[in-house]
Amino acid sequence: MSQPERGDRPEQRNLVLILARAFASNLAAAMFLVDADGTVVYYNEAAEQALGRRFIEGHGMPASEWSTVFAPSDPDGEPVAFEDLPIGIALLQRVPAHGVLSITGTDGVAREIEVTGIPLFAHVDDFVGAVAIFWEP
Amino acid sequence: MHVRIRGCRGTIASPGADTMRYGGNTSCVEVRLSSGRVAILDAGTGIRELGVQLMDEGVTRIDLLLTHLHVDHLEGLGTFAPIWSPDVELHIWGPASPLASLAERIATYFSPPLFPAVLPEVAARIEFHDASGHEWEVDGVRISSDAIVHPGATVGYRIREGDRVLAFLTDHEPALAADLRTTPTEWISGFALMDGADLLIHDCQYTPEEYAERLGFGHSSTEHVATLAERAGAGRVVMYHHDPMHSDAQLEAMRADVLRRWEVEEDRVVLAAEGDTFDL
Repeated sequence: MSQPERGDRPEQRNLVLILARAFASNLAAAMFLVDADGTVVYYNEAAEQALGRRFIEGHGMPASEWSTVFAPSDPDGEPVAFEDLPIGIALLQRVPAHGVLSITGTDGVAREIEVTGIPLFAHVDDFVGAVAIFWEP
Repeated sequence: MHVRIRGCRGTIASPGADTMRYGGNTSCVEVRLSSGRVAILDAGTGIRELGVQLMDEGVTRIDLLLTHLHVDHLEGLGTFAPIWSPDVELHIWGPASPLASLAERIATYFSPPLFPAVLPEVAARIEFHDASGHEWEVDGVRISSDAIVHPGATVGYRIREGDRVLAFLTDHEPALAADLRTTPTEWISGFALMDGADLLIHDCQYTPEEYAERLGFGHSSTEHVATLAERAGAGRVVMYHHDPMHSDAQLEAMRADVLRRWEVEEDRVVLAAEGDTFDL
């Protein structure tokens, strides 16, 4: 027996991402979902409000864009690099992380938020992406 | 590829006068590949009779593809005669869980007090294979599996021989995670398995009214099946995993509902019945 390529099937999102998206779409808290490459695959209405950008406009954003476009900074006002963001840590180190940040939405409004980033694994150790849940304290 | 329904009831075996036409045995589908290789989808009570036949034929190599390990999909394994033959090589495919291997999970059922024997006591040579999101080939036939929406680790299967495709997604509730009418198909659980299938065997346990009261139970309604079959461009859809409380007459009313929604030729919507055969 051999393990061939994907074959005739169309692209299919991993079930964990499908369920995470469904969870986010029903969650009152802001939730931001990226795939294993860091590309935005979904964020919900509460996140749209905090980020000042509708999902239909933010869909497909690469990490290089979303990690800077919202100008994340720490409580002292220092910019926070992608690898130090909670969701950046979840993506790169594949461990949960938590932090307090200031972000500026594309609507120009600055907000202080608490963020928890969580890596998503499917079927034992298949890394499929990460999620950030955040709220204004 | 030759397909035969051996059991199509969900949840619990349901023999009786009201289920005579479509049958009371739980999930099991026999698949004969053109090479002669035997593959079996699920090991519900329908597998018992098949086992007797396979022993009569002298079949010694069998691939058993389990969708998940809920009892109605596994309870026939202990009475599957080939498992007690030292001449048989049995390959069992199915989903592992994050914490336990497929063999460990099956052993939970296949041990006292639920069953009198334990797995190491069976005579057949068994090999276990994780089928959680894998793709492999048997005699040139491509078999794919993907995790699908149902409580606990569960997979669906796609079997492609030449240009013919059989998709088997019993115990599946994609509507829990998506609006099936409008969501892009890459975000619909199991869609890649069923896309363009010539024969789509799919969970159809509920009416829409019943589904509204059983959200999250892991099953689909007639409305869901009609939508999925249409979006997947299925050749024929086989309504499967009949509710144990549904009589033959109720099942026929559900088929009429699928036809009303999908609006295709009558022979493209089939109620699974024990003994039904399909040649692909």
